[in-house]
Formats: sequence, structure tokens, C-alpha cells
Amino acid sequence: MPVLELIHLEKAYGEVKALDGLSLSVPEGALYGLLGPNGAGKTTTLRIIATLLAPDRGSVRVAGVDALKDPRAVRRLLGYVAQEVAIDKILTGRELLQLQGDLYHLPRRERDRRIDELVSGLGMEAWVDRRCGTYSGGMRRRLDLASGLLHRPRVLVLDEPTVGLDIESRAAIWQVLRDLRDQGTSVLLSSHYLEEVEALADQMAIIDAGRVIAEGSPEALKQELGGDRVTLRVREFSDPSEANHLCALLEPLDGVRRIVVNRSQGYSLNLVVDGEEVLPRLRAELDAAGLPVFALAQSRPSLDDVYLQATGRTLMDAELAVAGQRDPKLERKQAMR
Amino acid sequence: MTASDPSALSELTQETVALTRRLFLQLQRRPSTLVAGILQPLIWLVLFGALFSRAPEGLLPGGMSYGRFLGAGVIVFTAFSGALNAGLPVMFDREFGFLNRLLVAPLRSRSSIVLASVLYITTLSLVQSLAIMLMAAFLGYGWPGLAGLGLVMLTLLMLVFAVTALSLGLAFALPGHIELIAVIFVANLPLLFASTALAPLSFMPTWMGWLAALNPLTFAIEPIRAAYAGPLDLSNVLLEAPYGPVSGTTCLLVLAGLTLGLFLLIRPLLNRKLA
Repeated sequence: MPVLELIHLEKAYGEVKALDGLSLSVPEGALYGLLGPNGAGKTTTLRIIATLLAPDRGSVRVAGVDALKDPRAVRRLLGYVAQEVAIDKILTGRELLQLQGDLYHLPRRERDRRIDELVSGLGMEAWVDRRCGTYSGGMRRRLDLASGLLHRPRVLVLDEPTVGLDIESRAAIWQVLRDLRDQGTSVLLSSHYLEEVEALADQMAIIDAGRVIAEGSPEALKQELGGDRVTLRVREFSDPSEANHLCALLEPLDGVRRIVVNRSQGYSLNLVVDGEEVLPRLRAELDAAGLPVFALAQSRPSLDDVYLQATGRTLMDAELAVAGQRDPKLERKQAMR
Repeated sequence: MTASDPSALSELTQETVALTRRLFLQLQRRPSTLVAGILQPLIWLVLFGALFSRAPEGLLPGGMSYGRFLGAGVIVFTAFSGALNAGLPVMFDREFGFLNRLLVAPLRSRSSIVLASVLYITTLSLVQSLAIMLMAAFLGYGWPGLAGLGLVMLTLLMLVFAVTALSLGLAFALPGHIELIAVIFVANLPLLFASTALAPLSFMPTWMGWLAALNPLTFAIEPIRAAYAGPLDLSNVLLEAPYGPVSGTTCLLVLAGLTLGLFLLIRPLLNRKLA
């Protein structure tokens, strides 16, 4: 039985559909990555799992418990580390953990023992008794992690746990998450970093526009795509008609499996080919047609290709596309009770 | 919450104590709210007391000195303005997302969040009022005696509950702390002036007398003023309001009714926001 099951979630903020029939199933003991660009619906999904938000439609089950019917039981099973968790700047880290422990009703002695355990496990001894207002981003994230783990949750849910962190802090958090998984805790994390999901997750889903567009292990997803990737540009900025013309020209070639036009990158072409030996044939064909080659690069398939294949744009371009459209004020309001 | 669950009460206590402790730790490390809440009424007491110190004798009902008259008003104002701020910490928790941290936890009842605020602000307001009472006594404005003190505290307690309910309601109804502070700012002084805190009803024009006689602060001020004047019989008429005489018992009943009414009023709002 999956430890976390989301069935056909729908959620709209006014006119904007944040989730559009999202279904997800996290197996027990998995380190599960939720990859998608900003605005894809990752945070909304995790907030629904954490019982902070009710979906308009669909159901959520955590270890078989219906989160909409018995949210309190689900809260006990879950550790939730939000993206920008509020901390009380005037309390020390230890006081915050004590508060957290009391809100989860840990007996006092067990609470304090568990705090000591996490403080040493996460290397917080030097500063945990200082006020939170003095913490760096990495310290805050470790404190958040500790407070999410205090009650030994069966499922740990993290929203972009390493965003904005330095490499060292990121590596430390990755290691903690791996250790947790090895000890049997199921972990679900969202991320818009390809490398993070690729390095960490043993299962993953790619979400876009409030829907899951691919699901499986990172290796399986890449293998499913198969072949090598070739990025081709005949000039720096092409146009749709030229791109279509190139498609028509190259698609019949032996060894070319599929061509995706990357509209967000000056209509460059992304080809899926059988192997390296196809490259010279491509060059010859372009030469014969009298077309220049501005750039031609070949690579193994990556998760970005999985994303590109499904959406026709790269993850980074999807990020850039929404960067100007986001309204932090509105988002804060949505998160506010 | 089910009565059959024996752990319910201990869990409720644990979470409420923890949430209250947090508020007191904040106060301990940032005591300016406490200090300002005592300093402001103290300045009122000294300056306003001095302003009218040469007023003709026998001007006030019962031949009371102005300082003595003012004392009750300032005590009530202290408790009132302290309680009016009850919603601010809650509003900041809403705005900065700390509330979400609380709502993710398996709280036995989310009323513990409200309960912690009520406990905190009640203690704070009563301590501030008591400090002002001691300083008023030191300035020679009298002391109500033990029985009187009991009545003063009971009266303040009801007022603080009522105002706290109002402020918490606003903290969940208004969009942000700017708006909440604006409402507090606008409500604070006019409510003081339109009461019998600074002058008796007989000094006011009829329209203002009506306002003051309907103002909840007046219903708290009059029993306290009477407690300061000497042994109090609650059935005595304390206020000759335009709509008729008001006894001490009536004052207390009005305050109790107001408290109850406001809590019932904000309940649906809290239930919705904390659902």
C-alpha cells in the first residue's frame, strides 16, 4: 500500500487553476521527488497534504487515513517543512523545538531527549541556544528539519528544502534525507532543481500546470525516452516556418526518432537519435540543403529532456516564463488564514 | 474532542501552556510593551491630575478630588488599551506564517491558540492595572481596600475579556497589522474621552452624556470609582444616565453580557479561520 496517495486533486485560486487533476502515489520507504517549475502546483500539493489547504475536488490518503476526514491523525503521521517557515526570532532554536514538541504532545522527558538527539545529529550544538533571529539560511533550514522530525513522522514532506542554500548546507541536508530514507522514513520533497531530484530521489514525478506529466524512477524515465539528444540550431534565432522546414527535412533521415521544436529557445530543434553515428548524416543533409549550422550538440538524455519531451520547453525556460508573472503579495495572502 | 478520551485534557493543557509560554518569553525579552503600557497611564495620571488640581472644591460629585476621580478612569484605560492590543501577536503570526506552523501540528483543539492569547493578555493587563493602582496610591489618590480590590479585579477581568475578544476577532477579520493598528489607534482615545473617565456625566452635553452612558468603559469605571470611594453596596445607583439610574449590579451585568456577546460573535469567525 502506498504511504501517500493523492487522487485527482483539483484546486483553483479564483480563476487560476493551481491543480488540475493531479494524482500521485508515494510508496512506503521511498525518497520521492516532485519536480516542476515554479507555479506548477508543487507548493499547493504539499499544503494540501499537510492539511493546510482543502482541495476543491479529489482525495488525500496518508498511510490509509483520509486527510479530509481525519486531518488530526494525518498531522500526527506527517512532518512538514514548509518553504519559508516562520520562526519566532526572539526564541532560541531549542525553545522553538520545545514548543513544537509540546504541540505534538511528546512527554517532556522524551521531548528533551529527542531534541538533544536531533541537535547533535544535525550539528546544531553551537548555536541552538542562540536566538533564531541570528541564524543564517542554512541554520534555519536545519532547525526546520529538526522540528519536522521531532515527533518521528512516518512521512516527511519538504517544500524546496535547499532553495537558496550554499553547496555545503545543501549536501548536509541531502545526506540527512538519505539517512532518513535508509532508516525507513518515507520522504517527499519538491524541487525545481533537476540535479537535486536526480541525485536524491529513487522515485519521482514531474508536474506541470497542476498535473503529473511523468512518473517513475529517474533512470526509468530517462531510459523510456531512449536514444541520444541532439540540439540543433541553424542560426541563433530561428522562426517557426524555418523550424518546420527543418523538421520536414530531417525527420525522414535514418536514425532520427523524433524532433521537438523548442519554441522557448529561438526555435531550436531537439532531436532524439539512435546514436552518435547519426550526427555526420545530419551535417551532410544540412550541407546538401545549403543550410548553415550555428550549433550542434549531442548528449545523453537528462530529466530536462523528459520535461522537454512532455511540454515542449525546458525547465529553465518554464521558470523564466513565470518569473515575471508571480505576485508574492498574492501568494502570501493565499497562505494566510 | 471527546469526553471519553482521558488524554484530551492533558494534551490540551500541554499545548496551551506551551503557546502561553512562548508569549511570555517574548514579553520577557521585549518588555517594552509592558513598560509602555504602564508608563502611558502613569503620565496620564500625573499630567491630568495636575491639570485640574486647582479646580474649585465641590465641583465633582461627592466632593471628590480630581486625582481621586481620575484614578478609576486611568485604571480602566490601562486595562482597556492593554487588552485592545491582544490581537496584534495573533495578527503577526497570521502574516508571517507562524500560525501555519501551529495549524500543521495535531493540536487537540485549536481553541488553545486563542486561549493562550487570552491568558497572556489578561495577565499582562491586570499586572499593568495593578501597577497603576499602586502608583496612584503612592501619589495620594487612595486605595480601595481588600474587598474593593476584589471588585476592581473582577470588573477589570470582565472588561479585559470583552476587549480581548473584540481584538482577536479583528485580528482574524482584518487583512493585516496596518489595518489592525489603525483600528486600535482610532478606537483607543475616543472611547476614553466619550466615557466618564475624565469628567462626570453632569459636565457633558446631552448627546455626549448618551454616548458616555452607553460606553462599556463607563460601566467598568463607575464600580471601580465607587470601590475607591468607600465600602460599596452594589445596589447603589452609580450613574444617573439619561435613560435612567444605573446600579453597580447593572454595571457588572452589562459587562458580563458584553463579554459573552462578543465571544459568541467572534466564535463563528474563529471557527472558520481555524478550521
